[in-house]
Amino acid sequence: MEKIGIVSYGAYIPRNRIKTEVIASVWGKDGQAISKGLGVYEKSVPSIDEDTATISVEAARAALRRCNIDPQDIGAIYVGSESHPYAVKPTGTIVGEAIGATPLLMVADYEFACKAGTAAIQTCTAFVKAGMIDYGFAIGADTSQAAPGDALEYTASAGGAAFLIGKTKVIATLNHTLSYTTDTPDFWRRAEMKYPSHGGRFTGEPAYFKHITNCATLLMEKAKTQPGDYTYAVFHQPNGKFPVNVAKKLGFTPEQVKQGLMVPYIGNTYSGASMVGLASVLDVAKPGDRIFMTSYGSGAGSDGFDFTVTDEISSLARHKAPSVAELVENKRYIDYGTYSKITKILFTE
Amino acid sequence: MRDVAVIGVGLTKFGELWDRSFRQLIAEAGSKAILDAGIEGKDIDAMYIGSMSSGRFIDQEHVGALVAEVSGFSHLHIPATRVEGACASGGLAIREGYLSIASGMHDVVVIGGIEKMNDVGGTAATETLATAADQEWEAFFGATFPGIYAMIATRHMHEYGTTREELAQVAVKNHANGALNPYAQYQSPISLESVLKATMVAYPLGLMDCSPVSDGAASIVLCAVDKAKKFTDKLVRIVASGQASDTLALHARRDICTLDATVHASRMAYKQAKITPKDVDFAEVHDCFTIAEICAVEDLGFMEKGQGGKAVQQGITTLNGSLPVNTSGGLKAKGHPVGATGVAQVVEATLQLRGDAGKRQVADAKRGLTHNVGGSGATCVVHILEAM
Repeated sequence: MEKIGIVSYGAYIPRNRIKTEVIASVWGKDGQAISKGLGVYEKSVPSIDEDTATISVEAARAALRRCNIDPQDIGAIYVGSESHPYAVKPTGTIVGEAIGATPLLMVADYEFACKAGTAAIQTCTAFVKAGMIDYGFAIGADTSQAAPGDALEYTASAGGAAFLIGKTKVIATLNHTLSYTTDTPDFWRRAEMKYPSHGGRFTGEPAYFKHITNCATLLMEKAKTQPGDYTYAVFHQPNGKFPVNVAKKLGFTPEQVKQGLMVPYIGNTYSGASMVGLASVLDVAKPGDRIFMTSYGSGAGSDGFDFTVTDEISSLARHKAPSVAELVENKRYIDYGTYSKITKILFTE
Repeated sequence: MRDVAVIGVGLTKFGELWDRSFRQLIAEAGSKAILDAGIEGKDIDAMYIGSMSSGRFIDQEHVGALVAEVSGFSHLHIPATRVEGACASGGLAIREGYLSIASGMHDVVVIGGIEKMNDVGGTAATETLATAADQEWEAFFGATFPGIYAMIATRHMHEYGTTREELAQVAVKNHANGALNPYAQYQSPISLESVLKATMVAYPLGLMDCSPVSDGAASIVLCAVDKAKKFTDKLVRIVASGQASDTLALHARRDICTLDATVHASRMAYKQAKITPKDVDFAEVHDCFTIAEICAVEDLGFMEKGQGGKAVQQGITTLNGSLPVNTSGGLKAKGHPVGATGVAQVVEATLQLRGDAGKRQVADAKRGLTHNVGGSGATCVVHILEAM
């Protein structure tokens, strides 16, 4: 079978950070207890001029800097997000124009809560496999929203990652992928709503854990693998506790999870969350490493992926774009006043 | 009046039961009780269902007939009546069933209690519960039950020197008991420190001073003692049933630290049973908040007024104390699906009196009391049960 998979990748995280304790102090809560409870120390905040389109462009450009691919050879761009800047008008066309991939290009925006970006990986893989395109960009990015004072305010952050999918010079072969989907209303936002609603603890056991556990188990059955066969495991990370707990439940060790667990330092980047984690793993991956990834999107579903890192990763100019670790470290702290200005909490229209 | 006995009990697990519906829960509890009693549908003369607010929680009213239907009895056309008295709905349903048998009208009655509270969010659940407060005097101004019970608690602390530690000890004790109850929502012990450090809800009540929002159902079968022998030998007699009312609004009471409805319902029950509080071996009391258990042990006459806070510390109300209170884990640890609570209390008392309470069995339990409160004390139902 032809080896199809990731040809290059890039990530982007806005520089602004706000500490969990700073948010907690505004609401009269015990910041240390919340930080410990969520496993999140600080989160990224988009600057006033950043949105899902700019984050997607930054991530896609980072991916292109690492490889020698003519943007005109890219046949598709799918951007997954739940914070597309426009309700009607695609983010993908902005990205396509910015990286020089237009006009012979298939584009559509995806929405599936936090897993729309990983759904785009599956779409691009299928197009490449069908011979309809040579390369496709799968992007997951978000500037996620949280109502002031809501539990989500401690984690809803911004960031994204882009994966160029193709069949030449593949750095990580996609061996298997599988999705597990049901109609489970754990988290939602209607078009006219500014902030999402969620079902409290209903977002845990019957939503996140059920879908990830089933998806991961069925994927390992299909791939005839065990947790021990993987060097790294990446899970959707709405907070620091859920991915660690689901990994343990499935039989993965903390060591397998650590490299792909970015949420303690940047918060939950929603559509970017598991994909930024995968980018962080690719920053350090060596030929022969096997990577397991399971995303989760509310509503609800999980996409599972089984990758094997190839010798080609040694040839990829990974140093030409900042690693996720570097993006995490490149930060400046803001106070709640600045945060509320940027996130437009102060505006009521 | 005829003697009445509990001849069967049934309970679902309490908790956040996302994958179980109202119908499934009540059918499970009811069928367990019916199997336990050894009766059949044709033996049932009437059903009484305690449910506080099925209309707001699951958009379904008219649940009396619905419960008969989902129990598989629609073809028998059994009289089925829903009873409502806020969080005392379950206890009231039992009292209605008890009165109907004692009067001679019925021989066999099935009681159900249920609430499915997690189908709405936490805020909606709190608002729904607050409909049991006085809408004009309390809810209109934003008061919900944590705030109302917090006012009772602060006054109790002021009047009697009750401390936050004493409140917290109630939660610690009830979690220790809940850890022994396989049906409890929380089956793990907690530390005093974790209660004191929990997120503040309404001073002095932190999160761990409050009972949870729960799904669950409970059921019992009542039978005239003289008709019970043909079904079962496991009889637990209800020797007294007391009920009292008071103002809905807290501020209108004689004393906000005393639930006079509890005082009157319990005195009515003691009189009927011809006993004093000292003759009770164990009690299931309505600890919707930790302060509520402290008031309950005082108002039921187990402790001097103002001394309720000392009950746990002195080891009186612990599982091996002289008067174990809330051996089931209480509302705090077992969970509080409001309509089910009053029925679940009688389930626990029955199990204790039969010697079927497992690891939390009270030695030589001969007489137990159940205490079910609606709102902040506008309704109270007390039952006294004895082993036969």
